[in-house]
Amino acid sequence: MAVLLIAEHNNKELKPFTLNAATAASQIDAEVHAVVIGHNSGEAAKKLSELPVIKKVLNVEATYYENYTAENFAPVVIKLAENYSHVVCSANTFGKNLMPRIAAHLDTSQVSDIIKVLGPDTFLRPIYAGNAFATIKSNDAKKCVTIRPTSFDPCESTGGSAPIENIDSSEEFSNTKFIKREEIKSDRPELGTARIVVSGGRGMQSGDNFKLITEVADKLGAAIGASRAAVDAGYISNDHQVGQTGKVVVPDLYIAIGISGAIQHLAGMKESKIIVAINKDGEAPIFSVADYGLEADLFEAIPQFMEELNKLNTIQK
Amino acid sequence: MKILVAVKRVIDYNVQIRVKEDNSGIVTDNVKMSTNPPDDNAIEEAVKIKESGKATEVVAITVGEEKAQETVRKALAVGADRGIHVKANGILEPLAVSKILKIIVEKEKPDLVFMGKQAIDDDCNQTGQMLSALLNWPQATFASKIEVKDNKLEVTREIDEGLETIEINTPAIVTCDLRLNEPRYASLPNIMKAKKKPIEELLASDLGVDITPRLEQIKVEEPPKRKAGIKVANVAELVQKLKNEAKVI
Repeated sequence: MAVLLIAEHNNKELKPFTLNAATAASQIDAEVHAVVIGHNSGEAAKKLSELPVIKKVLNVEATYYENYTAENFAPVVIKLAENYSHVVCSANTFGKNLMPRIAAHLDTSQVSDIIKVLGPDTFLRPIYAGNAFATIKSNDAKKCVTIRPTSFDPCESTGGSAPIENIDSSEEFSNTKFIKREEIKSDRPELGTARIVVSGGRGMQSGDNFKLITEVADKLGAAIGASRAAVDAGYISNDHQVGQTGKVVVPDLYIAIGISGAIQHLAGMKESKIIVAINKDGEAPIFSVADYGLEADLFEAIPQFMEELNKLNTIQK
Repeated sequence: MKILVAVKRVIDYNVQIRVKEDNSGIVTDNVKMSTNPPDDNAIEEAVKIKESGKATEVVAITVGEEKAQETVRKALAVGADRGIHVKANGILEPLAVSKILKIIVEKEKPDLVFMGKQAIDDDCNQTGQMLSALLNWPQATFASKIEVKDNKLEVTREIDEGLETIEINTPAIVTCDLRLNEPRYASLPNIMKAKKKPIEELLASDLGVDITPRLEQIKVEEPPKRKAGIKVANVAELVQKLKNEAKVI
């Protein structure tokens, strides 16, 4: 039986992680169908039909699907699920909110946040914030799987021409009402998806000194992170926290400044491609995961770092 | 209004976990255990709502082995009125826990059920959503702000793009984000008082729910270790390495 992918979109465009989830879905089974639940969502359905890995698109429209709620979306997928062996979507806040509601109705034990497809019923997933990897085999007849988007490459977005089939909507769930969405607009990339993250820890000594981190981040087009110690000390708000109880990040470059490297912080960043640590304590645990360690006083090192960056002709963005 | 808060006992977030040598799981013997951090936020929020006069009773519940009762006792020490401990051993998948919670909810008839958004051990992020599915109640996940209005809640949710606000009618499920509040510490007198608060003990096996795991945990491994890096002598060398060797800037 085929795999059903739940697309995330804004009725016009596909959200980028849909492409990563499509890649994972195609690794489970070559026959991938995708469902778009929306309002005037024809454009999103068309874009989905152009992904070469998608063999068929199902489009469901109703006014109450304009803004996503799990309560309205789940019944559509539950109805479709009888024709599929797997239901798949990305493990971001969209999929995390939605998939368990589907799985419970199907009486299926969901496999969350997989990072590798080992077989049609066997998956690799991180547990304990990535401090261990579990190989999980699902014995349920239908499998509900969410996919860690950063662990799968996005699929090709053009060249396909899957048929689009319009299907009936489900009943509206009236006890939940969408009120508003405030998208945080910033020139700075989002912490969870940024290519470069510059983080400060307790070594910054004050909230004022975090300006140094901001300067480096501005120069590199990076997101700003922080350790729990820096957040607890009030240097910066907790939406910047990287770690087991904050965000897990996997950028190409992670620069840890004045961060000692507590277990709970390492859990949130040690999968980064390149890690730089700047710390005056040469014994700090952060150095054990750093590709490049600089044992130095950060208040001397950061201005020098800025100076060296300014000397470069180009900086990748 | 009555609020039921579900709490889970997990390995303390400051502990470096160890994988068992036979790859069958994580070592939990002689390891410091605590309440799952966002469950502390859930308890705190329920107690705050009660203190504001909008709730009359806060009931803390856990499902798990004998020692899991510590988390209920801790919830009582920070302001929950009474506790429920559903005893069950072995691996409990979120689907099983949500089925147990459903039975308790049908008996207790709370207006709200709160819990943390995710447990920091299995990182599943499922139980609240599954419970709301089984009850066909509204769900507000990743809550960072809750406003109680008569028979409704206005909840601000943390989503990837920023914040989303929804209005849900009670009865409803809310899963709590770390940003919702600052959990208080239990004072010594309150810890003493909590010892006298009642905890009802039930056996999962008496509830008529099949809690057999559906997922087979084939093995648990350490993640691949990072190769040891190098120390650079100065900032100039660092920038040169990043530019020419790692090619990331």
